[in-house]
Amino acid sequence: MGVAVAPQAVRVPERSVRHDLRAVKIVLHRELIWFWRDRMRLVANLLQPLLWLLVMGTGLSTLMTSGPGPAGEVDLKTFIFPGVCATSVMFTALFSAGSIVWDREFGFLREMLVAPVSRTAIVVGKCLGGAVVATVQSVLVLALAGLVGVPYDPVLLAELLGLMFLTAFSLAAFGMLLAARIASMQSFFGIMQVGIMPMMFLSGALYPLNDLPAWLSVLTRFNPLTYAVDPLRHTVFSHLEVSPELRRAFDPGVTWNGWLVPVWLEVVLVVLTGLVLMAGAIAQFRRGD
Amino acid sequence: MPSGEPAVEVDGLVKRFGDVEAVRGIEFAVQPGEIFGFLGPNGAGKSTTISMLCTLLRPTAGTARVAGHDVVSERDRVRRNIGLVFQDPTLDGYLSGEQNLRFHAELYGMPRSATRERMRQVLEMVGLWDRRGDLVQTYSGGMKRRLEIARGLLHSPRVLFLDEPTVGLDPQTRSSIWDYIRRLRDAEQITIFLTTHYMDEAEHCDRIAIMDAGRIVALDTPEALKAGVGKDRVQIRTDDDEAAIAALKERFDVEAAVAEGAVTFAVASGEAFVPRLFAELGVPIRSVSVSRPSLDDVFMSFTGKTIRDAEASGADWMRMVARGRR
Repeated sequence: MGVAVAPQAVRVPERSVRHDLRAVKIVLHRELIWFWRDRMRLVANLLQPLLWLLVMGTGLSTLMTSGPGPAGEVDLKTFIFPGVCATSVMFTALFSAGSIVWDREFGFLREMLVAPVSRTAIVVGKCLGGAVVATVQSVLVLALAGLVGVPYDPVLLAELLGLMFLTAFSLAAFGMLLAARIASMQSFFGIMQVGIMPMMFLSGALYPLNDLPAWLSVLTRFNPLTYAVDPLRHTVFSHLEVSPELRRAFDPGVTWNGWLVPVWLEVVLVVLTGLVLMAGAIAQFRRGD
Repeated sequence: MPSGEPAVEVDGLVKRFGDVEAVRGIEFAVQPGEIFGFLGPNGAGKSTTISMLCTLLRPTAGTARVAGHDVVSERDRVRRNIGLVFQDPTLDGYLSGEQNLRFHAELYGMPRSATRERMRQVLEMVGLWDRRGDLVQTYSGGMKRRLEIARGLLHSPRVLFLDEPTVGLDPQTRSSIWDYIRRLRDAEQITIFLTTHYMDEAEHCDRIAIMDAGRIVALDTPEALKAGVGKDRVQIRTDDDEAAIAALKERFDVEAAVAEGAVTFAVASGEAFVPRLFAELGVPIRSVSVSRPSLDDVFMSFTGKTIRDAEASGADWMRMVARGRR
């Protein structure tokens, strides 16, 4: 028992912005460690995009090329590729944010909440962690681009990654807000399942948003995911050599009462939604103080 | 912390959950370097008190200062100066032991230059240096608790709070954790504030506060508390406990109760009392045991019940508190 422990006191400094940034970083870092430990998830998450693109996309595109239509040299797989990217990001970001429910269930959240650090830093770290993890995941989805007629253009890929990061951030914030009041992983998964499918089907992920019946048109315009999918599609199609008619059919953009919403505004909407949701999540986590 | 100031100072502390008063106005002070034990059955208000001292719960009334700072108005200053080991584990099983500590160091903003050396110190102290790279989910229950203690010490807290540090552990691990706790106090001059409902563990403390139903009913060193009882504990087994209790009251003017399945009472000199008991009780006695006062007797003399009997009603109390919380 003769272990001599010199009483070398470590000073814990007063709280500062630098300290909060370190907290953000370590919370983010932990998300990455988890993600890397769980490489099976990385592979499993790839299955769904593959099904959409190769099975659904291939199956439906024969239907389209066989009949008369504007399909021509671009097929359905190319069209749904941006939608599949957005959906994949959605799954990864939401479930990554859901790990806070796990933390609560297994006590680790308490270790974070009793630290002399602001809760804002913890929520920001979690949201950024979800965004980074989802972006890493989407690199794998982007690797499929060649299979669906999207060129491996570095500028295009970089633009897509940037857009997906912003989308992932907003969705992670959404996940955090939901997770703030949920006590068990089971209920979190349940609520996610209820939320994910409508969000996916009411965005432009699987079909163009022009000439829809009024009720559907209105619903899609209220879905934040719509404004995440459209810039992705716009970016893909601006790097393809296609005729103007075909571009109009496949990449019509989103209109509000006939007014074409510019892409920059769509991106601003996505980021703003994310920030508002994150502020909501921060408020929830501070309420326990 | 200015020297001479108590490490923990509590005055008129109250915590109410709805209609239930879990802590009903307590006051005490803990001196720097002391091992201070909070003893009482489950539901007595120990954990609620510790949560208030750790800034996790806001007091309904009264004040508490820890390491010289007010737990409400100077919350972050208190947090920087305390270490916490909870009853329930708060480790991340998917990180290694070392990663759990590093996470803590970053979260507490510890200077990076000092972190590595400090991590080695605390891990060696709890005997986990060799296992630092393994995932925490592969640790045994005792190893996890030791890692939590190491983590609670990482940022050199002035006061270490241990909420039931040995609950659910085997006797060998319990005694080794007590070794660490004593070594810690000697090495780091820190104040240790712990709760326990194991009577034998309370003996390790410098001073003990006995808590029952939200109040502190006694506070002194274990020796003084035991001496204060001044009586031996006698337990007899009979064929008719009720008759025995009535006879004790009638013939000896002694209050007895059934505890742990035996008629239990306290008298000034137990051995001398036993022959009279056999001669005069009038109820057949099957066995008898006499013991020197233990902390259990202290508890009994202040609350009128053994700690185990108190736990049974403590469960009802907990349910009441839980209901009040909703």
